[in-house]
Amino acid sequence: MIEFRDVTKAYPGTDVGLEGATFNVRRGEFVFLVGSTGSGKSTIMRLLIKEREPTSGEIRVAGRNLADLKHKQVPYYRRNLGVVFQDFKLLPNRTVYDNVAYALSATGASRKEIRAKVPDILRLTGLATKLHNYPDQLSGGEQQRVSVARAFVNHPPLLLADEPTGNLDPKTSIGIMQLLYRINRTGTTVVVATHDAQLVNRARRRVIELHAGRIVRDEATGLYAPTEQSTKEFGAMIKPPTDEFQAIMDSTFPADVPPRES
Amino acid sequence: MFFVREAWRSLQRNAVPSFAAMASVVVTMLVLGVFIPIIQATTGAANEVRSKVLVDVYLKTNAKDADVERVRQVLAEDTPHVGNVTFVSKADAYAEEKKRNPEAYELLGSNPLPDTFRVTPDKPENVQALRDALAPLTASGARTTTDPAIEEVRNRREETDKILSATRVVKLTVGVLAVLLVLASVLLIANTIRLSLFARRREVEVMKLVGATDWFIRWPFIIEGILVGAMGGIMAVLLLGVGKVALLDPLAADFALLSSPETINFALLIAVILGASVGVAALGSGLSLRRFLRV
Ligand SMILES: Nc1ncnc2c1ncn2[C@@H]1O[C@H](COP(=O)(O)OP(=O)(O)O)[C@@H](O)[C@H]1O
Ligand SMILES: [Mg+2]
Repeated sequence: MIEFRDVTKAYPGTDVGLEGATFNVRRGEFVFLVGSTGSGKSTIMRLLIKEREPTSGEIRVAGRNLADLKHKQVPYYRRNLGVVFQDFKLLPNRTVYDNVAYALSATGASRKEIRAKVPDILRLTGLATKLHNYPDQLSGGEQQRVSVARAFVNHPPLLLADEPTGNLDPKTSIGIMQLLYRINRTGTTVVVATHDAQLVNRARRRVIELHAGRIVRDEATGLYAPTEQSTKEFGAMIKPPTDEFQAIMDSTFPADVPPRES
Repeated sequence: MFFVREAWRSLQRNAVPSFAAMASVVVTMLVLGVFIPIIQATTGAANEVRSKVLVDVYLKTNAKDADVERVRQVLAEDTPHVGNVTFVSKADAYAEEKKRNPEAYELLGSNPLPDTFRVTPDKPENVQALRDALAPLTASGARTTTDPAIEEVRNRREETDKILSATRVVKLTVGVLAVLLVLASVLLIANTIRLSLFARRREVEVMKLVGATDWFIRWPFIIEGILVGAMGGIMAVLLLGVGKVALLDPLAADFALLSSPETINFALLIAVILGASVGVAALGSGLSLRRFLRV
């Protein structure tokens, strides 16, 4: 789905956003990009959205070289991406329903299509009762759900989330992550940039770690922090989650939902 | 419809700069609406005077009927650029002038006026050539006459030149004023759109992220600008309409200039004003979008 080949992004000035990044993400994968602030996570996201151009190297998404996309094609490319940000990027003067509908109409969807899709996606994201609320009448978690609903309303094959839980408390974060896992189970490839160690450790998904613009680790079922030992051994060593945390996790990640193959 | 709704929404939020831009369009269009007909009317009047350009051929006061006939012959056959020739006899001229100024001519007693041929050139610009043909310039700069019976040949060039240069000045002044006003309107609309872009930068950002095309993003702003322009234009047209009905129409009855055929007709004027308003608005919007919307 995503191929980075020796991608470097140098920002004007001395800062290097990303240096020699090479990695692949397969269709249907769920990947965490981790690393401290300034390590280059957002740079990767921006390159994928084609909001920025790499200084060198090649980026392919679904087999297509992003450098070959003409300016006019970019909007159509973006319609195949869902994007979620730390700051939600909701329009404050529009209701929940209108925020999602607005995004749909921006892609040229018909009224009929909008009326059919918007309530569906809002139900799916647990916002059925908040349709006519304005963003400032919602909690942070609910706002982020609206933003996820907007990103996923067209069922894009690729969903990018840049610190989606950065503004949320741990409990709310888990809810958002659960939503992203569910989206991933529908076959959508999901890339999440985060520095929330707890979430990453609990998820046991693929982790790509960045440090100062370089990829320093890429583990299939990694933890947030790097380790010399095998993942299994490390797992046994970490202190067990608190009871409260465990209860939340159990209720939000029911064990009986098998991951869907894609 | 989506675009118009978005544009209207934005306009309401941007009320103050929108109003300023609209007021500027109103003023600009009022000036255009008042001066286009005035310029046309004065140009028409000047042309009329031009078409009445005459060369007066004064004969000597002692000229005989035979001299008159000979000069008529010269004018009809041997002189280039002659259009129309009218003969005003001594007696006719006297009667005419006496009617205009009875006391003065009462005092004079006898008739001091000569026989006169009023000659119109074939084209107004040939008036000087006609004069030169009848009264060639000598090397010393004085004029002789082609026929001994001719006393003097005069034209009324100075008068027409004055009228023409006056209309030129009016045209130039109004032209400069109009250009400045149009410029101000364009800039004020550009400013409105810039503020609107700023107020809606989040929306623009979101639209880009979800894959809206460049034109989809631009249209609401262009329509917003055009709405401002069109509202200003309509306002100006309404004011002009009121002005026409209240001031001009009562006057038109006894002021021939206003109803002269060269004056642009009102429907066309409205169309020109509305077209200009929309054009100005589109230009202003386009300017801001080019500069501030990097899509
Ligand atoms: N627009 C920009 N201009 C200049 N430098 C930038 C810009 N965006 C990011 N950077 C730099 O690139 C590096 C990586 O930033 P970023 O990708 O945002 O990191 P992260 O999302 O992991 O916090 C940082 O050193 C940052 O200062
Ligand atoms: Mg970041």
